[in-house]
Amino acid sequence: MAARKITLPLTEELAKTLHAGDSVLVTGTIYTSRDAGHKRMCESLEKGEEIPFDPKDATIYYVGPTPAKPGKVIGSAGPTTSGRMDAYAPTMMSVGARGMIGKGARLPEVVEAMKKYSGVYFGAIGGAGALLAKCIKKAELIAFEDLGAEALRKLYVEDMPLVVIIDSEGNNLYESGRAAYLEQKKEK
Amino acid sequence: MREIEVSKLTDVIEKLCIAANEHLPEDVKCAIKNCRACEDGEIAKGVLDNIIENFEIADNECVPICQDTGMACVFLEIGQDVHLTGGDLAEAVDEGVRRGYDKGYLRKSVVKDPVRRGNTGDNTPAMLYTEIVPGDKIKVTVGPKGFGSENMSQIRMFKPSHGLQGIKDFILEVVETAGPNPCPPMVVGVGIGGTFDKAALLAKKALMRPVDSENPDPFYADLEVEMLEKINELGIGPQGFGGKTTAIGLNIETLPTHIAGMPCAVNINCHVTRHKTEVI
Repeated sequence: MAARKITLPLTEELAKTLHAGDSVLVTGTIYTSRDAGHKRMCESLEKGEEIPFDPKDATIYYVGPTPAKPGKVIGSAGPTTSGRMDAYAPTMMSVGARGMIGKGARLPEVVEAMKKYSGVYFGAIGGAGALLAKCIKKAELIAFEDLGAEALRKLYVEDMPLVVIIDSEGNNLYESGRAAYLEQKKEK
Repeated sequence: MREIEVSKLTDVIEKLCIAANEHLPEDVKCAIKNCRACEDGEIAKGVLDNIIENFEIADNECVPICQDTGMACVFLEIGQDVHLTGGDLAEAVDEGVRRGYDKGYLRKSVVKDPVRRGNTGDNTPAMLYTEIVPGDKIKVTVGPKGFGSENMSQIRMFKPSHGLQGIKDFILEVVETAGPNPCPPMVVGVGIGGTFDKAALLAKKALMRPVDSENPDPFYADLEVEMLEKINELGIGPQGFGGKTTAIGLNIETLPTHIAGMPCAVNINCHVTRHKTEVI
């Protein structure tokens, strides 16, 4: 199955064309954030303050990269476990951040928010940080420098290989992929 | 009595932290390649191809295999005829971790307090285990441990009446609960017996054993094979997208235990199961 090339921002129109199980190659601007960064952004939003980037149609990559070696854009940069951002994801989607890149299961309330706001949850291969770093062409620290690996970065990625895990209708590859495998095994 | 300067340990640990994070052990690479050859699903094959490409990039370019370069678990088997000189052992170990994580451009992932947080900035302290053994050498093993998988680990204090079936069910339950979170295909370390704390340590030590090794006791060697097969029947598959390969290895370590108990710990690791050893 050939991967489909898509270009960000992740508009509602584009989001609705993506389905669980689709392999995609993503090009465009994404933002990095994980536990501590999400906590700060959600606290800002609660107080009615702005966050360090425009969340409209934005995609957030749950990652804390290793430091860049001299001459490199970034260090290894694979996804972290998304479930730890479940407490914040509905808030982020409510202000327009539609795309999420990570790995691992999400809570039902996140999936409900995805259906409401046409969100898409992409999976990057966990543990493939050296490979994924190759797709990152630009990296710029934009906020929360004190958080070290957890600082907020703006990345420009080219042909980042991702799989749609949960689509905007709530279909979930973790459920369907496993069920399909077990069904096929039973038939053998 | 052989004298060894603790600064020697600092140097070795610095080197092992970097090497372990950049170069996956051959047994793990081999197991992943074998599993790739057996998968038929397109997505599962694609994921394993990417995982293989990833560890090859890390090998060739000397970059970390995974961005979670872990907490540095350091195991020292110190010969009882060794006299350590020139400073504090624990400080020397932490200095090795500090230098390795700095020079290797590894991620600093340690917070100084579990509740109040705050990054220590240098990935110290190491999680240090020392054991006194016969001889005049020191065997140093560094196993950086990522927390995507560590968070999926569990321990349970069984009644003896739960028997072998209780343990088998528990191992499957832990893997099932972990699902896609610990970056499958995973490696499963099982510790049975001892006390509450020792069972957990056994499970961690089981992860330091090559995935193609077997428990010397045929009863547990058979159990390792049986449980790996059962885990791979769950269908979770590479990254949880469905497939044959949910785990690439399962090792069991045991200790005698109390008449009233049967502790069992299951320590989950990802496909980036890293460890490097050197003997001084």
